Amino acid sequence: MSYAQLIGDWQALVVLFVAGVVPNQIWRMLGLWFGGGIDEGSELLVWVRAVATAILAGVIAQIVVEPPGALASVPDTLRYGAVGAGLIAFLLTRRSIFAGVVTGEVFMLAGKWWLG
Amino acid sequence: MALPPLDSPQWNSSWLAFGWGLRSVTQTILTLVLFATYLGIGALAHDTHFSLLWALCSTLFVWAGPAQIILITTLGSGATIIQSAIAVTVSAIRLFPMVVSVLPLMRTPTTKRRELFFAAHLTAVTLWVECHRFLPLVPRERRIAFVNGLGFGLVSVCLTANTVGYFLAANLTQTLGAAILMLTPLSFLFSTARNSREAADVVALALGVLLYPLAAKMNSGVDILVSGLAAGTIAYGVHWWREVRA
Repeated sequence: MSYAQLIGDWQALVVLFVAGVVPNQIWRMLGLWFGGGIDEGSELLVWVRAVATAILAGVIAQIVVEPPGALASVPDTLRYGAVGAGLIAFLLTRRSIFAGVVTGEVFMLAGKWWLG
Repeated sequence: MALPPLDSPQWNSSWLAFGWGLRSVTQTILTLVLFATYLGIGALAHDTHFSLLWALCSTLFVWAGPAQIILITTLGSGATIIQSAIAVTVSAIRLFPMVVSVLPLMRTPTTKRRELFFAAHLTAVTLWVECHRFLPLVPRERRIAFVNGLGFGLVSVCLTANTVGYFLAANLTQTLGAAILMLTPLSFLFSTARNSREAADVVALALGVLLYPLAAKMNSGVDILVSGLAAGTIAYGVHWWREVRA
């Protein structure tokens, strides 16, 4: 791997800022700017939080349904099965994030190994 | 490691509080999950032909796993800058209510807005979860320094993971690469579910997952926004039905 490969070109960094940093950061800065004036329990904020949670859920679903990179090599049923298995473990362990993640991963890896 | 009691001299300076925040990175399983997620982002950046510097800058300045994955995959699949920016900004709306709910935990009557800048920047799902866990154990006037230390620690862990993932990518088997990428949806799903306080949160999460594949059939470019608005509004309806109307 060459030095130039590790640094890349400046145009790519400009794209990073225009397409990534600004569109992402604007929401945090709005929160910082207006946060003080909003009552945390207000109905508007409850709605915004519900929509934000549902959008994050959509991002999660998108990675599983339209997998990026190497994840695309895993069959659909295995990816959905991994989420299901993880969810069962998560609920059985009284909401342990660790148990859910590990079970989902083990399910997917075992399935991949079993399918060859 | 336990944090010192609230009246301990260990909290006498901001630097000490920063240090306790930094050390608290070792006290949460989410650090491991973040490490693995950012290993995956480093590997994904390599496979999509971005430079290491680019990957590190994205972690430092974006600091939101889903947004970074969306940015890399959309740009890598030939989307325009505008399309990527829209997809990123839609995924980032959640940061607004997150910042609004986290900052009051560390604000005092004399706190100036600029003192909260780094805390706002560092706010993402992990910090949000950990703030609710750790901050009650930290004296209020030292909380900003503590959060800055915690965030600095988490960012450092992720920058290291990016670098390791970037160099591993060439040698990573496809199965291991897939396992690392799968960590992101699993960890986000369960950490959000864990922090669901009322029925409406659960409805928003579950409906958001289920409605996305339907919305994706429209192929509108803002599918996530459509399913998110629909599922979130239905969830708000559930909240209204149970809490407000009663």
